[in-house]
Amino acid sequence: MSTPLRLKELSKKEDLLTGGHRLCSGCGAPIIVRQVLLAAEVPVVAANATGCLEVSTSIFPYTAWKIPWIHSAFENAAATISGVEAMYKALKRKGKIDRKIKFIAFGGDGGTYDIGFQSLSGAMERGHDIVYICYDNGAYMNTGIQRSSATPLGANTTTSPAGSVIPGKLQPRKNLTKIMAAHGIPYVAQTTPAHWRDLMTKVRKALDVDGPAFINVLASCNRGWRTPTNTTIQDTKLAVETCYWPLYEYENGRLKINYKPKEKKPIVEFLKTQGRFKHLFSPGNEHILEKIQELVDAEWEALLREESLYSEEG
Amino acid sequence: MKLKGWKELEIGAVIPEPGNADNYNTGSWRAFRPQWIEDNCIQCLFCWIYCPDSAVTVKDGKRGEFDYDHCKGCGICANECPGKKGNKAIVMVEEGK
Repeated sequence: MSTPLRLKELSKKEDLLTGGHRLCSGCGAPIIVRQVLLAAEVPVVAANATGCLEVSTSIFPYTAWKIPWIHSAFENAAATISGVEAMYKALKRKGKIDRKIKFIAFGGDGGTYDIGFQSLSGAMERGHDIVYICYDNGAYMNTGIQRSSATPLGANTTTSPAGSVIPGKLQPRKNLTKIMAAHGIPYVAQTTPAHWRDLMTKVRKALDVDGPAFINVLASCNRGWRTPTNTTIQDTKLAVETCYWPLYEYENGRLKINYKPKEKKPIVEFLKTQGRFKHLFSPGNEHILEKIQELVDAEWEALLREESLYSEEG
Repeated sequence: MKLKGWKELEIGAVIPEPGNADNYNTGSWRAFRPQWIEDNCIQCLFCWIYCPDSAVTVKDGKRGEFDYDHCKGCGICANECPGKKGNKAIVMVEEGK
């Protein structure tokens, strides 16, 4: 029987990511990893794409992981874990292993949206029994905050610097969760570490599925978002309350929105606490704030419309 | 930890001891120290689930002292603590004071 998703019960389980890793104070990534590993009820093996999480949890000769863990390169976490999963299946067929083991890949937005995108897409299409978890903090934070295709419109990064010529990143971010849903895989979801029960429920569903699953998790980065170290959870909650990062899932292609704010907050509530959007509040940049609100509204309304199609079917 | 010579190193940079980062202390990173006030604690364990550094100890479903060897002093626990009747069970105190 699986552990009930109550903190009191979960706290009796062993933490499979130790302290002593070198991720920044207040980083969102280790909170996500801890919750993912606490949710898992079967032994898991993980692969990690290059990124903050990989570098800082495995500084030789130390590792913060208490599970078998492999890193090979930036672009191939999904391919690496596919290989591990394929080998497991082969060993099982030959009767050399009989335990049930599940396979998880972790990657940041750089290693998932950009550099590891083709290997991720390939692994999903091949139908490996794996779970890919992206912690999306919206830029290449590890190398010093360079823009990625997950960076939101208007964000100030070192390669989309806000100044008198350009007002931060000129392009909106790409909607990877939707792209993964378009692969037609059995399970796709989006969540945040602030909503720990939602995250853990989704991890369990993803692990239960026989086939590929993808979960996109919003992670705040106080270096890149220019926020205090103590607002990590608060900021990701705001992302959900403003519908910047809706909590939803696709189970066998069917959309379900897991949380609808009673009162949808304006997107400026999410933006104004972050230094990376500070310039948007200067005179002359109002149109970007409006554009961001339009993008958020359009995505949220499209989700509501899509979900209503299923409820009409019953 | 004693550093190994090249002849003793594992092939492929394998680290054979799981979770040995536990032996590496990051407590000195802290500028502010969280202080637990047990009387105001409702045992919600939000501090534990939201801690990036596994630095909130829990035994038999009840929280104990902070693990100051690993706590980096980010303050998430204090920020998320609901406390009791408006009184926080975790407050941040400047180190060295």
